[in-house]
Amino acid sequence: MSKSKKILALALSAAMALSLLAGCGGEKAPSGSNANGGGSTSGAPAGNDGTSGAAGSVYYLNFKPEQDGDWQELAKLYTQETGVEVKVQTAASGQYETTLMSEIAKTDAPTLFQVNGPVGLANWKDYCYDLSGSKIAGELSSDDFALMDGSAMSGIAYVIETYGIIVNTKLLGEAGYSLDDIKSFADLKKVAEDITARKDELGFSAFTSAGMDGSSDWRFKTHLANLPIYFEYEADGIGDTDAIKGTYLDNYRAMWDLYINNCTCAPTLLSAKTGDDSVAEFVTEQAVFYQNGTWAYGDVADVGEENLGMLPIYIGVGDEANQGLCTGTENYWCVNKNAKPEDIQATLDFMYWCVTSETGLEYMCSGDHMGFVVPFKGNLESSNLLVNIANDYVANGTTSVKWCFPTMPSEEWKNVLGSALTAYAADQTDANWETVRAAFVDNWAAEKSK
Amino acid sequence: MEKTIKRYFPIFLGPTFAAFIIGFIVPFLMGIYLSFCDFRTVIDAKPNGIDNYIRAFQDTDFVHAFGFTALFTVVTLVLINVIAFAVAMVLTREIKGTNLFRTVFFMPNLIGGIVLGYVWQLIFNGILARYDLALKISAKYGFWGLVVVICWQQIGYMMIIYIAGLQSIPGDLNEAAEIDGANGWQRLWNVTIPNMMPSITICTFLTLTNGFKLFDQNLSLTAGEPMKQTEMLALNIFNTFYGRVGYQGVGQAKAVLFFILVVGLGLIQLKMTRSKEVQQ
Repeated sequence: MSKSKKILALALSAAMALSLLAGCGGEKAPSGSNANGGGSTSGAPAGNDGTSGAAGSVYYLNFKPEQDGDWQELAKLYTQETGVEVKVQTAASGQYETTLMSEIAKTDAPTLFQVNGPVGLANWKDYCYDLSGSKIAGELSSDDFALMDGSAMSGIAYVIETYGIIVNTKLLGEAGYSLDDIKSFADLKKVAEDITARKDELGFSAFTSAGMDGSSDWRFKTHLANLPIYFEYEADGIGDTDAIKGTYLDNYRAMWDLYINNCTCAPTLLSAKTGDDSVAEFVTEQAVFYQNGTWAYGDVADVGEENLGMLPIYIGVGDEANQGLCTGTENYWCVNKNAKPEDIQATLDFMYWCVTSETGLEYMCSGDHMGFVVPFKGNLESSNLLVNIANDYVANGTTSVKWCFPTMPSEEWKNVLGSALTAYAADQTDANWETVRAAFVDNWAAEKSK
Repeated sequence: MEKTIKRYFPIFLGPTFAAFIIGFIVPFLMGIYLSFCDFRTVIDAKPNGIDNYIRAFQDTDFVHAFGFTALFTVVTLVLINVIAFAVAMVLTREIKGTNLFRTVFFMPNLIGGIVLGYVWQLIFNGILARYDLALKISAKYGFWGLVVVICWQQIGYMMIIYIAGLQSIPGDLNEAAEIDGANGWQRLWNVTIPNMMPSITICTFLTLTNGFKLFDQNLSLTAGEPMKQTEMLALNIFNTFYGRVGYQGVGQAKAVLFFILVVGLGLIQLKMTRSKEVQQ
């Protein structure tokens, strides 16, 4: 074996070994090249000057898959403008916690991530940078939108959202009703059951399928379940509890019965129905009512602006005449405390830019992009029709239903409730509802005590 | 030549060995350590003794998952091996198109578990929807659904191993038995199967451990619905680790218990079937 051959063999095996490790080292490249691109003279220690130069970089782990494209574009624009590298990664629907858990243990951990409220914060508070006194905190339109952990400001809400029952008013008209005919649960029940009775003649159903697939079940185990919780909190004058009583569970049941028995398919099939199924049924005019929120505007816009309306989710409790839509947030930005100081600074600058600069606000608020209502001073008039409907409700003096579901004890609680609802939908017996009740009440106390 | 091998073996072994250490040994040891810790992410662990193990045993879902997995493994172990053996017997006869049949039977094995689960979910739900039923409304449907999918996927693989085994039996053994007046069953029980024991050892080992380790198909086909009744051990561990705040350590403890269980069962099974192997 000649010497050159030996060297060749050595080089080949070295290359083989390196290629195995390449996966681990690859991601570091951008931050390195970025430091050079910033134009700082080599040799001078970076990040000491205190200004927000191109020293740090941002890694945003995004929660909302429907806005992934917009965030990617916004990140690119920010990099063009400032030279700071922004990496946006989006977790798959329902996989945020899983993704965050593995991402944050990496060397290049997300510098910007999000939690869904007090319960989510309990898990991540050791990673949250105290945002009090930061520039972005000064931009909040109200301190209510800060997520506090004692005196530390751990998170900042970046979007306010509203949900209710989205209505195809054209179909509702064909059935002989208008939005004004529905002012309470009793009205809604009457209309829905009438449509079901004439389903074959009308050619559409009352509700879209209340799909219990993972892509859709949050609409019921979380968003619909918010209503009995909200009314119980209101009745008791509290904002959170260790032991829920389930005062309004019968109303929850009546509403769930209405959804599952007046939708496009047999209730036994709901376990297999997805979120896409519901959307498809709504836009192809197979159903009049579709429970979802402002974030779904892009999905339902095809129905046509003139045909869209929204109703509060009436469950037959409280002052129904003045009940509004459900408005709140479960999206709080948190900055990773363990990130490098220059990265934290870069992240804070990026957040500030998103909610103050023209481009940032355009992307966040415009209906062509994310269509958010942001709780910051710079919030723009929205072109999201559903947002405007929500604003009208507030302007008309109705009382918005608060989002109480961030106080739900855990993801586990929601999942158990969802499974119980699915089982009940397939076989609507009192015994199965008892399982739902246990999942709601007993499991609340059990999960809260953990 | 030998001298060269001695001198250069680190170059050839090194990369694989490094990969094995990085990808298996280190995570494995870390996992054992973490099962005695309270942690959120793997870098901030604080030891908390055997607390995790106590909580793992208190979890009724884990115990249920064990029962469900054990039942599933027994059923698939029997079905897969019996059917694969039968198919192998048929496809070693001289029929036209044997190779085509072998290929077709083997093909399901080339599809990944998640895809398989979702495709079969569509098939099952498509059929059940005719009767206004769905896969996730009853644990019974989920169980048999999983059995069908796994059988469909693994029979072809086991069949290939059995075919190889069958072809390695010397023809004169069967011939001699036939001359001695043995009928078909007697030849199968007394000649073929004893000679097939090495293949049977491998196949039962594979089906046993595959049954216990099943994850992808479980996740995509039923995801444990309804109400965790079709949740198998691996999925239960995954859900504990990732789905529940503050339960990461418990999930890790379950994983260690799971490892001990699978290794233990595997060793027992190997010992049992090995003892029946015959030397030709």
